[in-house]
Amino acid sequence: MVDDSGIQGEATISEQEVRHLAHLARLALTDDEVAHFTGQLGAILHAVSEVARVDRTGVTPMSHAVALANVTRPDLVTASLPVAEVLAAAPAAEDDRFRVPRILGEAP
Amino acid sequence: MTEPVVDYAEVLTRYEPVLGLEVHVELATASKMFCGCATEFGAAPNTQTCPVCLGLPGALPVSNDTALASIVRIGLALNCTIAADSRFARKNYFYPDMPKDFQISQYDEPLCTDGWLDVPVVDPESQTDGVIRVGIERVHMEEDTGKLTHAGSTGRIHDAGYSLVDYNRSGIPLVEIVTRPITATGALAPQVARAYVTQLRDLLRALAVSDVRMEQGSLRCDVNVSLAPIGATAWGTRTETKNVNSLRSVERAVRYEMSRQAARLDAGQSIVQETRHFHEADGTTSAGRSKEQAEDYRYFPEPDLVPIQPDPAWVARLREDLPAAPHLRREQLHAEWGFTAAEMRDVVNAGAVELIAATVAAGTTPAGARKWWLGELARRATQLGVSAADLPITPAAVARIEQLVDAGTLTDTLARQVIEGVLAGEGEPDAVIAARDLQVVGGDGELGVAVDAALAAEPEVVERIRAGKHAAVGVIVGAVMKQTRGRADAARVRALVFERLGVVDEAAG
Amino acid sequence: MSPQAITRAEALTLAAQIAAGELSAREVTEAHLARIAEVDPLVGAFLHVDADGARAQADAVDAQRAAGEPLGPLAGVPLALKDVLVQRGIPTTCGSRILEGWRPPYDATVVTRLRAAGVVILGKANCDEFAMGSSTENSAYHPTRNPWALDRVPGGSSGGSAAAVAAHLAPLAIGTDTGGSIRQPAALTGIVGAKPTYGGVSRYGLVAFASSLDQAGPMARTVADTAALHEVIAGHDPRDATSIPQQWPGLRAAAEAGAAEGLTGMRIGVIAEHDGPGWDAQVRAVTADAIDRLQHLGAEVVTVSVPHVVHALAAYYLIAPSEASSNLARFDGMRYGLRVGGDDDSVAAVMSATRAAGFGPEVKRRIMLGTFALSTGYYEAYYRSAQQVRRLIADDFAAAFTHCDALVGPTSPLPAFPLGERIDDPLAMYLADLATLPASLAGLPAMSVPIGLTPAGAAPALPVGLQIIAAATADATMYRVAGALAADQQQQWGGLLLDRAPSLSGGRP
Repeated sequence: MVDDSGIQGEATISEQEVRHLAHLARLALTDDEVAHFTGQLGAILHAVSEVARVDRTGVTPMSHAVALANVTRPDLVTASLPVAEVLAAAPAAEDDRFRVPRILGEAP
Repeated sequence: MTEPVVDYAEVLTRYEPVLGLEVHVELATASKMFCGCATEFGAAPNTQTCPVCLGLPGALPVSNDTALASIVRIGLALNCTIAADSRFARKNYFYPDMPKDFQISQYDEPLCTDGWLDVPVVDPESQTDGVIRVGIERVHMEEDTGKLTHAGSTGRIHDAGYSLVDYNRSGIPLVEIVTRPITATGALAPQVARAYVTQLRDLLRALAVSDVRMEQGSLRCDVNVSLAPIGATAWGTRTETKNVNSLRSVERAVRYEMSRQAARLDAGQSIVQETRHFHEADGTTSAGRSKEQAEDYRYFPEPDLVPIQPDPAWVARLREDLPAAPHLRREQLHAEWGFTAAEMRDVVNAGAVELIAATVAAGTTPAGARKWWLGELARRATQLGVSAADLPITPAAVARIEQLVDAGTLTDTLARQVIEGVLAGEGEPDAVIAARDLQVVGGDGELGVAVDAALAAEPEVVERIRAGKHAAVGVIVGAVMKQTRGRADAARVRALVFERLGVVDEAAG
Repeated sequence: MSPQAITRAEALTLAAQIAAGELSAREVTEAHLARIAEVDPLVGAFLHVDADGARAQADAVDAQRAAGEPLGPLAGVPLALKDVLVQRGIPTTCGSRILEGWRPPYDATVVTRLRAAGVVILGKANCDEFAMGSSTENSAYHPTRNPWALDRVPGGSSGGSAAAVAAHLAPLAIGTDTGGSIRQPAALTGIVGAKPTYGGVSRYGLVAFASSLDQAGPMARTVADTAALHEVIAGHDPRDATSIPQQWPGLRAAAEAGAAEGLTGMRIGVIAEHDGPGWDAQVRAVTADAIDRLQHLGAEVVTVSVPHVVHALAAYYLIAPSEASSNLARFDGMRYGLRVGGDDDSVAAVMSATRAAGFGPEVKRRIMLGTFALSTGYYEAYYRSAQQVRRLIADDFAAAFTHCDALVGPTSPLPAFPLGERIDDPLAMYLADLATLPASLAGLPAMSVPIGLTPAGAAPALPVGLQIIAAATADATMYRVAGALAADQQQQWGGLLLDRAPSLSGGRP
């Protein structure tokens, strides 16, 4: 059932969807967490889905709270950080680079 | 694992190709897109990074005004509409070369849309010149990612035990230029793809917005190819071959994909919508990521950056300052340079118009610039199998070398050694000259000593010259050249010999 | 002044005495460090106390004064800095395990401004993890307790900042407010807290939760101190593209004008939607009394409808988590902070395990919620609808401010609640922000001032705050109303509401 809000029926969410979201968000969830979040997110989504039922005809979405435009900086070089500070907090580093684990997939 | 292919000529008897090209161009700004870090190519790892381009918690981006002017100029040169209201968006996906795990890009409100570029294409069969108009769908602004090095036996991602990240490239301004589907090219598809990228590269160089060095990655090309049976109304499924990094490769990638896709279609197989990798060594492509695994990028307006609303007066000023359209510019330069029609045709065919223009702008005569780009540098490029523009030498360096030759500091022979050094990555010309000790042996003092020594060692030759056998001077010149390890100017040596012997050189003008 | 008197003094009094040489900055800092050592074990306001750094800053102020150099406006006055603002070399955790041990290599602009004003930063104040929460129970390290009743929450997410000020551990604090995180804890602890107009205070160095909503702001025990701190931290910052290009003088002067002249000629609207049977009866009664006082002070009080504010909670809990899901992506274990797993695991597995171990449940919940709202198929109905509702709310406010100078209502629908009461019920927790969310969505300046106590009964007497909202950039107007109310309270009560809070001296409540 689709109402004019564009939200299908009761705004609920399945465990499968929660697992997909967790993958997109890079969160390793336990089965218990998946179950727990499925219930909680369902309840929250039910509450917040009211936005789609407000009359929004012709209303421009508001992405910013300030009416500024064209804010730029001049193309001038400023000091970079010393490389020791860049790498100071790195969990692993090698040859002045950040060392990261095996990358299995290519960049999208 | 090579895939079956169909002979190229045969492909065209059954299928019609559709192309799409996505070109990424790194802008040659002094600082990065959203912070003040330098953009120098080849700097030591992570020395050009700060809280902003490292994506440190709390850091915020602010747009580089020169980068925005550059993309608007690109849009104007590509005959695009410049948006009245444009916004940045976040493209969200996790990857270790991207320090915020999102890329600041543009999504549904790009700065430039709906343009075109006229591309000259020569039909190899009929040798007739033609022009194909390539539609430009959009030109948008984004930021580059860091650079990954894969540790392990082959340096390839899948074999690597781990990877290393250098964020110097992170945040360098990147402009993406996307064509509309290019249809009805028939057999010329590979040439059209190459000609488009060539023409675009020349245009970007004329705009002086980018180094457009494919081998350094400042111009990168993704090639989309699909085939449809001749007469079909719907297009076929396309593949996207990523990071095709030379002009020749663009042509080869299109040709290979057409042959490969035709073989699959002939065998009744479907084309998988996927990204593919191009292999320089054998000109083939191999499967990358399939689109079924595609990420959900969750684009949304970048809240840290406010909209860009280009002032029409500013856009008009940028439009006025654009260099002329390529064919008009060629005519104008031809007149300025005073080349013959044949010389100019050679320059155009060598793809050296903008290289010579940039070299002249850096302070040489047109003839001097042409001598190097069509001579020694063209030869080197052919040896290396790249185009002259892809040689790792800048027009400014070529201009410097020619100036030194002109001033008598270098001979042509020495200049060729300087070029060799620059191409070998030994640094800019002056650094190569110093390191290799390539200055012409200067002043008649030092040269005179060498000449005197040579004359003293060869009394018989001296007698022969005095007796009118002027050709014998070659022996003395050879000895002096040997003595100075080739750093002497032969003509000068010859003049000195005659001067010393009180003989009038009949060959001297 | 005795150490006890120092810790109870107003910031402006301390600054004046330090400037006059009647007190040393070092003495003031030592008094507060001693009070922290004594009382903070009960309250838990701080995550990190930088005693050495604070002493060094105080000594620098004393040396400056001794050398006859001009002092900044709050020179020598101690302050608690919410742990979502970066301070070079000082641990910044955002209340999260994922950043445990991280020492940022740069200062937030707020910190730079505090230093320039001579403010002494005592340490980092506790908060809900990444500022997500309304009780400070979501801190990964420990909860903060309400100085009025140690078994109750101080509100959140700037609960550590609020409790530090209310427990006299610091006369000043910096909080951050995304949906009420300065105002709600200020109300629950009986202090003053202001969220500036969005763009008034630089966000550079504020670890982002929801970029289009986040604002740092001042917290203090008096309106005048709050205004003075606000003037120090506000102003244009070229590092933040959303920073409003203006300075913000006249906030203290506005508070003084309100105190001296009352509210004659002002029209103040009471938000109709923020009253009624759903709201705590005791809170409603105290609020009604304060509104009577506004009338008594000369204001014309009218009831105003801001109809779409009833949808603020829904809009906020889509917009803020959406931005958060992107802002918090960078905490992936690659460059700083926690990493779980080794080279044998894939980069994706390490990222997922790190984030699973490093984030608490509320942060995970919001990341999931935001990921959902931005994902393909849901963006339009959820994220985009929420942005449209946000516009409707902002338009409602703009309409209201055409005929009102300021809007008022309760800051929080209920007074401080017991620790643990709502922690497992996210929706019940979210309701704590009901009154503060609308001004955040609209980007308006809003502050909370203490107006009275609930009657003691089953629960102890607990403070109630009045929220004052002004039009965008009219921050001075809200200070004028607050200044008038504060002067009136001083007359009525002969001191601050906070004077009635338990002293907590001797390590016992």
